[in-house]
Amino acid sequence: MRFTIQFVVDVLSLGGAYALMALGLVIVFGILRLVNFAYGELIMVAGYTMFLVSGSGLPWLVMAAVAVVMAIFAGIATDYVAFRPVRAKSVTAVLITSFAFSTLLQNAALLFISPRPRVVPLPEIFSETVQIGGVITPLRNIITIITAVVLLALFAFLMRRTVLGIAMRAAATNFTMARMLGVPANLIISSAFAISGLLAGIVGLLWIGRIGTVVPGIGLEPLLVAFIATVIGGMRSLTGAVLGGFVLAFIDTGLNYSLPQELLKFRDAFTFSLVIMILLVRPEGLMRGPASGQRT
Amino acid sequence: MNRNLATAAILSGLIIALVIVVEALGVRVYDRISIQLCISLVLVLGLQVFMGNSGILSFAHIGFMGVGAYTSALLTIPAQMKGMALPDLYPFLQDVAVSPYVGIIAGGLVAAVVAAVVSYPLMRLSDAAAVITSFGLLVVLYTVTTNWSEITNGPRTLFGIPPATNLPLAAAVAVAAVIVALAFRESRVGVLLRASRDDEVAAASLGAHVPALRWLAFVLAALLAGIGGGLWGHFITSFSPKAFYLKETFVILGMLVIGGPSTVTGAVVGTFLVTIAFESLRAIEARLNEAGLFSDQVVGLTEIVLALAMIAVLVLRPGGLFPTREIGTLIKQRRVKPKDPP
Repeated sequence: MRFTIQFVVDVLSLGGAYALMALGLVIVFGILRLVNFAYGELIMVAGYTMFLVSGSGLPWLVMAAVAVVMAIFAGIATDYVAFRPVRAKSVTAVLITSFAFSTLLQNAALLFISPRPRVVPLPEIFSETVQIGGVITPLRNIITIITAVVLLALFAFLMRRTVLGIAMRAAATNFTMARMLGVPANLIISSAFAISGLLAGIVGLLWIGRIGTVVPGIGLEPLLVAFIATVIGGMRSLTGAVLGGFVLAFIDTGLNYSLPQELLKFRDAFTFSLVIMILLVRPEGLMRGPASGQRT
Repeated sequence: MNRNLATAAILSGLIIALVIVVEALGVRVYDRISIQLCISLVLVLGLQVFMGNSGILSFAHIGFMGVGAYTSALLTIPAQMKGMALPDLYPFLQDVAVSPYVGIIAGGLVAAVVAAVVSYPLMRLSDAAAVITSFGLLVVLYTVTTNWSEITNGPRTLFGIPPATNLPLAAAVAVAAVIVALAFRESRVGVLLRASRDDEVAAASLGAHVPALRWLAFVLAALLAGIGGGLWGHFITSFSPKAFYLKETFVILGMLVIGGPSTVTGAVVGTFLVTIAFESLRAIEARLNEAGLFSDQVVGLTEIVLALAMIAVLVLRPGGLFPTREIGTLIKQRRVKPKDPP
């Protein structure tokens, strides 16, 4: 029983974080059919903003809000620098520009801040533990679960009930048709990037809360996680991304508990091989997205 | 002269001219930079063989360079060094010590075999799915090299590889790579593959077996990457798995994209330009660090400039500097033009 509770809490907290990461990647992919390689750097931006404002003496929540706003700006900047100028030209061009933009941000952090880890301020609550059914677990995990639930609910409301959300879903289904019916393309795409930045910023704070420091390469792991989760869940479906996040968390936690120590270090190789196999059998992932025509 | 022969002659001439100038100058630093350039050429041309002809971005290329480098290292490190460099090595490999030239070729072949085995099913995928799986393949190869301590010494540096790569050898391999890349581009497989790049459905409906064509190109690309890795291993003589990851991928990709992925000329010109720019910027970085103007070391400047250059090229000239035609074709056309009737 204790093991079950431990396992469930682990899967839910890890899965919540993974689901949010995947959602941030898929919201852009769904509309543009383009992968944003600079997605991980949005998390890095949130982390370094926390570091830079840490001396200001502001309350933690204000600093966190500033960090999330910076991540949103970085998301919109990705659109303007890497996507908008080349969007219509070729898929490969956008993949390379977003990869270049990611390298640009990482090396800017190397050059202007430091290659060494920088300490990020964390509130007391992040280091406390709590007891649930006889299991001691960090309070951080519970916070992650609650944040994920709240954000997912908000996100679902946004996508289903607001004009912006409906327009975004329309654009994801058939971009050309949506444009013809008067949905402003650039605004929709920028909003998708802003939401992507918002999710990355919040999940970044939770992610960095696990280690307490930020380095220029911090975005790689969340990027890989988001890749795997979206591929498992279905590249085009928002529900699929969330599902994929939880499935991946389940696999990762399961492997953590079951693999012997000497194989555990190969875990990333196992999960990525799994992704490759899933793509071969079901190229569309677990959840099929909206049927639609070509990329525009 | 045939336009393809003209291209081959001009591009090889460029490499040979570099060798002659550098040997005449006899400056050690230039010698090392030129060797590095020739090895980059082999790698970039390998990537061009796959990416340029199939139109699919591949991130896994540098992973195969790593396979080549580690294979060659394993086969060539002298037996008495192996005890120190690789304490946990399997017994049957302990006494193997072949000539570095054999090792480099073996490196290429092993990389090609690994690519042939793992990549066939992946070649059915296009667009974003293909890119994500190739990225996945890079991560898998990196994870394996980092953790298979028995043969790679884990994440630590592997040392003791006998030096063998000099400028004439590297340049000769680079010239061979130019010829291979050109020959592949003009071969039946290359032409069919380029047709599938421009319109996958149309090419398939005319009877082109697209996955098989892509697979051939991918294996050839891995062969070149493996040979490039072997050459690099015998040049640098000690390395760790970190050398075969995202940073290196970015540099190789930058060279190809700036020059123009669809043409061999583009690959060669891009490699020359980026290497020159990179080395100058590195020199500036070193000067800045020596002068001690800043409290911390200056790092990452070169990557920032390369990233900006890549974005600028893709925005202004999405096909790179040489988007569709090889240099030989361009020269022929210029010669023909004045004869046109008014």
